[in-house]
Amino acid sequence: MCLAIPGKVVETFEQRGLHMAKVQFGGIVREACLEYMPETQIGEYVLVHVGFAISRVDEAEAERTYQALMDLDQLTELESPVVEEMEPGEDRR
Amino acid sequence: MKYLDEYRDGKVARKIVDEIRRIQTKPWVIMEVCGGQTHSIVKNGLDYLLPEDVELVHGPGCPVCVTPLEMIDKAHAIARRPEVIFCSFGDMLRVPGSEGDLFTIKSEGGDVRVVYSPLDCLKIARANPDKKVVFFAIGFETTAPANAMLVSRAQKEGVPNVSILVSHVLVPPSIAAILQSPQNRVQGFLGPGHVCAIMGYREYEPMSSRFNVPIVITGFEPLDILQGTLMTIRQLETGRAEVENEYSRILDREGNRPAQKLVSSVFEIADRKWRGIGTIPKSGYKLRWEFREHDAEKLFNVKEIDTREPEICISGQILRGIKKPHDCPAFGTLCTPQRPLGATMVSAEGACAAYYAYGRHLKAEKEQRQAVHVLGGVA
Repeated sequence: MCLAIPGKVVETFEQRGLHMAKVQFGGIVREACLEYMPETQIGEYVLVHVGFAISRVDEAEAERTYQALMDLDQLTELESPVVEEMEPGEDRR
Repeated sequence: MKYLDEYRDGKVARKIVDEIRRIQTKPWVIMEVCGGQTHSIVKNGLDYLLPEDVELVHGPGCPVCVTPLEMIDKAHAIARRPEVIFCSFGDMLRVPGSEGDLFTIKSEGGDVRVVYSPLDCLKIARANPDKKVVFFAIGFETTAPANAMLVSRAQKEGVPNVSILVSHVLVPPSIAAILQSPQNRVQGFLGPGHVCAIMGYREYEPMSSRFNVPIVITGFEPLDILQGTLMTIRQLETGRAEVENEYSRILDREGNRPAQKLVSSVFEIADRKWRGIGTIPKSGYKLRWEFREHDAEKLFNVKEIDTREPEICISGQILRGIKKPHDCPAFGTLCTPQRPLGATMVSAEGACAAYYAYGRHLKAEKEQRQAVHVLGGVA
């Protein structure tokens, strides 16, 4: 679980004062926090660990690493449920 | 997938292995620190490519593995409380405590949730102001910035009902503990790439000179590991002991400064117990006093839980590179990923689980059957 997954930044936005991005990993898009990589631009590739971009990579490295992680079955965290912003009382579980 | 070839190319691998064979004159024991590296080595059989007297031993860098059983029991005690929503990364769910796992607690009605990012806990906490949201904050330096951000935001945004149960550990003190052990066999280290993406590798330099041991910060792909091994052997054969960076395409000496800054504002260094190894001084993080209102251990005041690990388990020696999974009489028989007896079997990144997953238990099966017979069927 200490391995970070490379993905492509497809959108950036602010959320409650945090610099955030949508990052594409293969066919999955997830949110990632950019606070630790504040200079990141749309179209760049970043290594993301538990929802945080920690390092920048180039496209070639991103593809290679992604494939290596797939080989090692280390991409399952991307399938974790998406938690949306909810109003109090809206969380029906 | 046009870029794959370079790092998966058999010819390049062969070249590196040939170079290792050319320069290697003495037997060497090298430890890969990170669980991801262990997994990659075992899956790809990289250790079989190396000369017979170059031995790779598997280090303590699997965070799920080294989380103490008491801490898992504490997590379970908190998760069972009706006012709690207990959040965790997916890989902690099936780790057995003294009684059952988080899955069992969920099936018995506990509100246990898998989250992708620690920040998800803030959303859950805001939506459930009458509940206490607890996040199981385990991991090495790679995960600490994410957990630090959760606590920092909870305080800044005034979300009082979120806390973390901290079991954070650090790589350098564990390497030092291995090197200080009188039984130590390890002569060189493949350092953990993604940990150093956060921390850089400055802090490994004094350790390398103090213990006169090469440390090569290495990635986890097959060619990274072979290249890191070559760089380590080159140092050993020429009598050098330095920190080198095989993974320069990802990280530099300084690491990620903004992440380091937030981590040190939220956490402070503390003694930590490591499953299988015991307490290592100054080997982890605890929350700073300013954040005590988000410290689950303080909030829930769970009493100290006395746990005992099976005596047969040798995971402590495996984590320090003294033994290999095959050396354990319970490996693959009494102890399997479905019924793990100790640290190195509880997560897929543990050495025993990796050996098991890739069929290495079959090779030694006969001897083990004999060993189990000798043990008289301890279950």
